[in-house]
Amino acid sequence: MGISRRNFLKILTAAGTATATATASAHAWQSRAPSDPYGCLVDLTRCIGCRKCEQACAEVNGLPQPERSFEDLTVLDEKRRPDESSFTVVNRYVSGEIDERDQLVPTFVKLQCMHCQDPACASACIVGALTKEDNGAVRYDVSKCIGCRYCMVACPFEIPAYEYHDPITPRVMKCTFCYERVAKDGKLPGCAEICPVEAITFGRRSTLLKLAKARIKKDPGNYVDHIYGENEVGGTCWMYLAGQPFEKLGFNPLPVKPMPQLAESIQHSLFSYLWSPIVLFGMLSGIMWSSRGKGERDDNTKGGAR
Amino acid sequence: MSHQAAPVNNRFWTPGVVVLGLLAAVGLAIIVARYIGGIGYVSNLTTARPWGLWIGVDVASGVALAAGGFTTAFLAHILGRHYYEPVIRPALLTAMLGYTFVVLGLLVDIGRSWAIWKPMLHWNPTSVLFEVAMCVMFYLNVLYIEFIPILTERFKGRVNLPGVLSALNSGVDRLLHLADNILDKIMWVFIIAGVVLSCMHQSSLGSLMLIAPTKLHPLWYTPLLPLLFLTSAIAVGYPMVVFEATVATTSLKLDSEMKILTPLTRFTIFLLGIYLALKLGDMVVRGTYVYLLDGTAQTNAFLIEVIFGVLVPWLMLLVPTVRQSRRWLFTACTMIVGGVLLNRLNVFVVGYRPPISAANYFPSMGEIMITVGLIAGLMLLYRFLITYLPVLNKPEKEVTA
Repeated sequence: MGISRRNFLKILTAAGTATATATASAHAWQSRAPSDPYGCLVDLTRCIGCRKCEQACAEVNGLPQPERSFEDLTVLDEKRRPDESSFTVVNRYVSGEIDERDQLVPTFVKLQCMHCQDPACASACIVGALTKEDNGAVRYDVSKCIGCRYCMVACPFEIPAYEYHDPITPRVMKCTFCYERVAKDGKLPGCAEICPVEAITFGRRSTLLKLAKARIKKDPGNYVDHIYGENEVGGTCWMYLAGQPFEKLGFNPLPVKPMPQLAESIQHSLFSYLWSPIVLFGMLSGIMWSSRGKGERDDNTKGGAR
Repeated sequence: MSHQAAPVNNRFWTPGVVVLGLLAAVGLAIIVARYIGGIGYVSNLTTARPWGLWIGVDVASGVALAAGGFTTAFLAHILGRHYYEPVIRPALLTAMLGYTFVVLGLLVDIGRSWAIWKPMLHWNPTSVLFEVAMCVMFYLNVLYIEFIPILTERFKGRVNLPGVLSALNSGVDRLLHLADNILDKIMWVFIIAGVVLSCMHQSSLGSLMLIAPTKLHPLWYTPLLPLLFLTSAIAVGYPMVVFEATVATTSLKLDSEMKILTPLTRFTIFLLGIYLALKLGDMVVRGTYVYLLDGTAQTNAFLIEVIFGVLVPWLMLLVPTVRQSRRWLFTACTMIVGGVLLNRLNVFVVGYRPPISAANYFPSMGEIMITVGLIAGLMLLYRFLITYLPVLNKPEKEVTA
C-alpha cells in the first residue's frame, strides 16, 4: 500500500511542478488577428428594416427563397436568428421611446457572422475548415469539414447553423463576408452594396473605427458611447453603432478577452513539443522498471479483505 | 501468476440477452433513419444546441467510464501490484468496447460520418478537439493491441477455421505465435502509452468547453476543468471495475471477487478525495457557491452530482463495513459512476446555456433510443466476448453440476 501511494504522490507532485513551470514559462498567448482587415460598420440609427440586405444576401450566396417574401415586413413581428437558409436576418426592437407623433420608435438590428478577429470557431475547428483570412473574412471550407459542430459550440454569437436535414453531406452555414466578391471582384458584400440608407459601411476596420468615433462625437445625443465589436471578444470585423443600450437590442455583453485564449494557452503550455506526454512516459517507464518483480513476491503477504 | 482467466461458457441466449438484442435492434433502426433523414430527423439538436445526449453520454461519459482500463493497467503493470491482475482483463475489455462505442456514437453524431478520417490529414493544432481525436484514435488502437494476447491465448494451437478457410489454419496459427512472441517483448510500450494517452485526452475532454465561457454555467466553467476531468476519470476507474465485476459475477453466478475489489476501493478513497477537494476548493475560490440555492435546474443538477455522486459515496467508502459488503460496495461504486456520468452530462448538456437564443434542449426519443441501443450493443458484445474468450476469472472451486 505504502509504495504505491508514495509513488502516486511523487508522480502527482512532479506533474504539478512541471505543469506550473510550463505555465509560467510558456510564451504569452499571441493573437493571430490580421492587422488591418476589412469590416463593416452597421449604424442601427439609420436602419429602416427594409430587409433588402436579406434579399441581396440570399441572391448573392444562392440561398433558397424564403416561404414569406422579403417584402413581407410582418416577418419582423418575431425575433429571428440566422439559420441554414439565411445568413443574415433583421429584427425589430422597441425600447418604448416615442416620436413626435406618439409612435413607438423601432430599432432594427441586422444579424450575421461578426467575423471575429480571433474567431473561436476557427480555433476550435478540428480540421481547420474555418480560417481567418487576411481580408477579415472567417471562411468555411466544406471539403475539410467532418460535421462535429464544435464551431457552433464555440461561437459566442451563436451564428453557425447546420443543415441538420441532410443525411450525408450537411454543411455549416454562415455569412461568408462575400469573400469571393470582396477578394476577387473587388465588390462590396451584397448587403452593404444594396442598403438604401447606407446603414452598412464597408471599409478597413481602422477606418471604420475612426468613422464610428466621429459619428458619436458629432452627435452624442443620438448614440450610446459604445462601438459594439471594437473590443468584444478581442474585436470583430463587423461593428455596430446604436442609439439604444446594446443590451436592450439583443446584444450579448461579452468579455474583451478573445475566446480562444484560455484553451489555447493551456493546450500550448501542456503539449508544445509534446513535452508533457514524453516526460510522463519517461516517469512511468522508470516506475515500471523499478517495480518489476515486486508484486510476485508480495503476492502471499498481500490481499485479504481490508 | 496465481489467477487464471477462462471463457465463461454459459448459455449465451438468456432472456436478458434477448432484451439487450431487441434494444440494440431498435437503436440500429433509428441509426438507419438518421442516415436517411439526417440528424435533424431523429434528434432535437439545433443551431443553438449543437451537442446533446450523444456527446454527453455516448462520447464524454463513454470515455470517462472506460477509465478502468488505464487505471488498472497502471496499478498492476506499472506499479507492479500483480495482486490486482484478475481485474485487468475485464477492465481492458470494458475500455476497448467503451472506446469502440465512443467512435460508433461519434459516427452517428458527426454530420459527415464518412469524413471521420480527415483530422488525420488536416491538422489544427489549436483545436482541443483535434488533440482529443488523435489521442482517442491512438488509444483505441493501443487497446486493441493490448487485447491481442487474450486472442492468442485462446486460439494458439487450436485454430480451426470453417470450410474453405481451413486451408489458412496453419498460417493463422503461425501468425498468432509470432504476435504472441513479439507482443510479449514490447507490450510495456503500449501499456505506458495507454496511460499517457489516457491522461492526455481525459483532461483535454474537459478543456473542450473552455472556449465557451459565456455558455457554460459558472458552476462548471473553470480553468480547472481539464484537471477535474482527469482526476474524476482516474477516480472513477476502480468503482467502474467494481460496478462491472459485480454485475457480471451476479448475472453469470461467478465468484464475487470481493477479496480483490475491497482493497481496490481503498485507493478510491484517496483518488475520489482529491477530486472532491479540487471540486469544492474550486467552488470556494471562484465564489460560485452563491448559485447553490437559486433553485435552477443547473444548480440542482450540480448539487445532485456533487452530493450523491461524490460526497456521499466517498463517506460511505470510508467505512470498512461498506467496503467489505458486496451490496454496499456496489451501491457506493454505482453512485460514483453515476456521479461522473452526471458530471459529463452537466458539462456538455445541462450546464450549457446559450445566452442569446436561450434555447432549451431535451433529447428526442430517437436520440435516447440510439444511445440506449449503443449501450445495449456494447453489453451484448461484452457478454459474447466473455463467453468465448478468457477474460473473466475462472471460479476457484469447481461448480458441481
